[in-house]
Amino acid sequence: MAREKSSKDNAQALFHSLRSAYAATPVNLKIIDLYVGFAVFTALIQVVYMASVGSFPFNSFLSGVLSCVGTAVLAVCLRIQVNKENKEFKDLPPERAFADFVLCNLVLHLVIMNFLG
Amino acid sequence: MAAPESSAAAVPTLYTNNALRNAFGGVLAFFILLLIGVMAFSIRLFSVIKYESVIHEFDPYFNYRVTQFLAKNGIYEFWNWFDDRTWYPLGRVIGGTVYPGLTLTAGTIWWLLNSLNIPLSVETVCVFTAPIFSAFASWATYLLTKEVKGTGAGLTAAALLAMVPSYISRSVAGSYDNEAVAIFALIFTFYLYIKTLNTGSLFYATLNSIAYFYMVCSWGGYTFIINLIPMHVLLCIVTGRFSSRLYIAYAPLVVLGTLLAALVPVVGFNAVMTSEHFASFLVFIILHVVAFVYYIKGILTPKMFKVAVTLVVSVGLAVCCAVIAVLVALVASSPTKGWSGRSLSLLDPTYASKYIPIIASVSEHQPPTWPSYFMDINVLAFLVPAGIIACFSPLSDASSFVVLYIATSVYFSGVMVRLMLVFAPAACITSGIALSQAFDVFTRSIKFQLPGIASNTEVDAAETSSSTAEAQNDVEKSEETSKNRPSKKSKKKEKEEKPLPKAKAEKKRLLALPLDSSVISLLLLILLGALYVVHCVWAAAEAYSAPSIVLTSRSHDGLHVFDDFREAYAWLRHNTDVDDKVASWWDYGYQTTAMANRTVIVDNNTWNNTHIATVGTAMSSPEKAAWEIFHSLDVKYVLVVFGGLVGYPSDDINKFLWMVRIGGGVFPHIKEPDYLRDGQYRIDSQATPTMLNCLMYKLSYYRFVETDGKAFDRVRQTEIGKKYFKLTHFEEVFTTHHWMVRIYKLKPPKNRIRGKTKKPKTKTSTTSSRAKRSGTGKKNPWH
Repeated sequence: MAREKSSKDNAQALFHSLRSAYAATPVNLKIIDLYVGFAVFTALIQVVYMASVGSFPFNSFLSGVLSCVGTAVLAVCLRIQVNKENKEFKDLPPERAFADFVLCNLVLHLVIMNFLG
Repeated sequence: MAAPESSAAAVPTLYTNNALRNAFGGVLAFFILLLIGVMAFSIRLFSVIKYESVIHEFDPYFNYRVTQFLAKNGIYEFWNWFDDRTWYPLGRVIGGTVYPGLTLTAGTIWWLLNSLNIPLSVETVCVFTAPIFSAFASWATYLLTKEVKGTGAGLTAAALLAMVPSYISRSVAGSYDNEAVAIFALIFTFYLYIKTLNTGSLFYATLNSIAYFYMVCSWGGYTFIINLIPMHVLLCIVTGRFSSRLYIAYAPLVVLGTLLAALVPVVGFNAVMTSEHFASFLVFIILHVVAFVYYIKGILTPKMFKVAVTLVVSVGLAVCCAVIAVLVALVASSPTKGWSGRSLSLLDPTYASKYIPIIASVSEHQPPTWPSYFMDINVLAFLVPAGIIACFSPLSDASSFVVLYIATSVYFSGVMVRLMLVFAPAACITSGIALSQAFDVFTRSIKFQLPGIASNTEVDAAETSSSTAEAQNDVEKSEETSKNRPSKKSKKKEKEEKPLPKAKAEKKRLLALPLDSSVISLLLLILLGALYVVHCVWAAAEAYSAPSIVLTSRSHDGLHVFDDFREAYAWLRHNTDVDDKVASWWDYGYQTTAMANRTVIVDNNTWNNTHIATVGTAMSSPEKAAWEIFHSLDVKYVLVVFGGLVGYPSDDINKFLWMVRIGGGVFPHIKEPDYLRDGQYRIDSQATPTMLNCLMYKLSYYRFVETDGKAFDRVRQTEIGKKYFKLTHFEEVFTTHHWMVRIYKLKPPKNRIRGKTKKPKTKTSTTSSRAKRSGTGKKNPWH
């Protein structure tokens, strides 16, 4: 009984500390996190749709899911490079990071549009 | 870099001196690279000089034919091309089954040159594509090794790759095959991956994905990249080298790379469904989990992190096990566990010989012999271990990648001799590192002893004057320095203040070997390099420059040229109808379609085992049965390669047992022991009757006794068994000058059958039934 209570307390304490630590991150990083969450959510919707309707045409499903996953990954890379707490990237100007992000997205979406059928 | 001079005015001079030296070094490196490119190009031109500018071997002819089609009809026709002149009557979808990288590259170069009004023919562009791309490959090796260890190692590695015989063997002028561009794409992809890993720039990650796309377009060996890079990421995670640069290097590559690989028609959905790619997805998931864990660890206090860990472990473990069980069940339900036949034969070398005789019969798929290692990489064979050790001091992400690359490529090169080609760049990189480090140590020792400082006699001179001790020096020097530290402390401070061109911050100890042994070792290393160069040039000139479509031999009469293959294909081209079908063993399919322009039954693509087995059965059957099989396939001509008159060992009689095995694998009435006498394969008087009556024997040795009266086969070194026989269902239409290619035509079925196909004594008893009468005791109605 005491162990259950303490584990529940632990879980609550964990949840609170996670929330407070996350609230301390800068706004621009939170926007990027929101974008990542949106991309992953879109990918999940597509997978659920595929599971219910069937996977034909497969190339469209693949390009749709991989475009969501791809933008999520690229946004995470952008977040890593723009994060001021990251020692490795302190002399990388955020404009350069954003330009790289845009270029990679361009290539990704060019391929997606070609593969979408 | 503290200068001994104390005046402020001396410092700018020192700075400009260094800048000048760096600039001079840069220009020198540029010119060295240019020369390396020229050397890589020219060493591959021996076949053009010795023979002519012609396409070699078998596979390049198919690529050449496809490039011709692309040049003539444009890219849309190429993507949608259905080839009906091969694998009759099945045809082959070229657009969907060929790796387009090579043909598109050569086609682009041809189109570019022609639009600049340089009218090179398609054949010239095809012949010289490989040497040009080998120059590019050596530059890519320079870039890759520079990322690992610096410019000196880069230049050495590039020079070694330009000449290594293993790479020359598959990229001489005229060897227009996938590996010609694929090795360049491989090294360039690895370079961009290492560059992204070192810099963490998303721009290089994009370039990496595009280079990987080029590699997927070029060669089926791209699965090596998509398995090696995840292995390396896993290694970095496990050894505690996880960093955000690793994430940026790997995650975009997986997503973009999978998409780009799925774009290539040959790969298509295999990019997500076959086991060869699952490693990349698995490591992708693992990477994300690890990154998330690091992130959570970063924003939580240690106590809270422990709580989070226990919570996640208890809940997540159950979910994980369920998911893994589902995955394993899915994969295990397929008989090959999702792997393709070729990949399985790489992982399990005995797989092909048990289950897929076609893969086992290709000579390139056999394991290499020990001497072939020394023939193909020569001096590098014992420089590689020294290079591996040099990679460990210091161990960085890039050097751990090189070690992993060489370990895996050594294993695969031991399975299949064709994969020695993937091992060669790794060997050159590690040997370049080893050689450059050795040069570094010796030249630095010489440099610091030249101004007249007496050599420290307490330094242990452990090296002998043999060149093989060089490899041990790198191991010994670390022991030496630890021994000599107390005695050299006083001198150490003085020497450290001198500007070192390549000083690393970690190397506080100075490695000064005695002057005379350094000079001798340096000279011996140069001698080693000279021996390597001599061997490479010899290998390129004598061993790997044969076009194998034109043969030469020297005798006391001088030089004989055997141009029989082209003679036969030219005869076919000029003396048969355009729609005639030619049957031969699958080796000659590509050459027949490309040079003779006739439809063939089977060719080197070997995608349909049953069709090949049909042809093999026909070759192993007696004449009538073979005629039936060929007639059902609409075949008009049969082509056979025979080397018995001139001693050409790769003829069809030597390959005949493979025909029997492959045919017997599908048609059980063909049994290999029927063709062997006491387990031995013979064609002389002791041969089995099945062997002496089969089509291959008859077509090879028809009228052979007329050449020398005794019918002595120079390849098998014996007289043949059945010397005098007539052909009943085939007629000979052409035999080349040296009897190397023999072409036969199927006799058409007779319009009238004169009597039933029974023996004469039974026929006389039934003469009352029919009006038709048989001939005078002839058994065969076709005669």
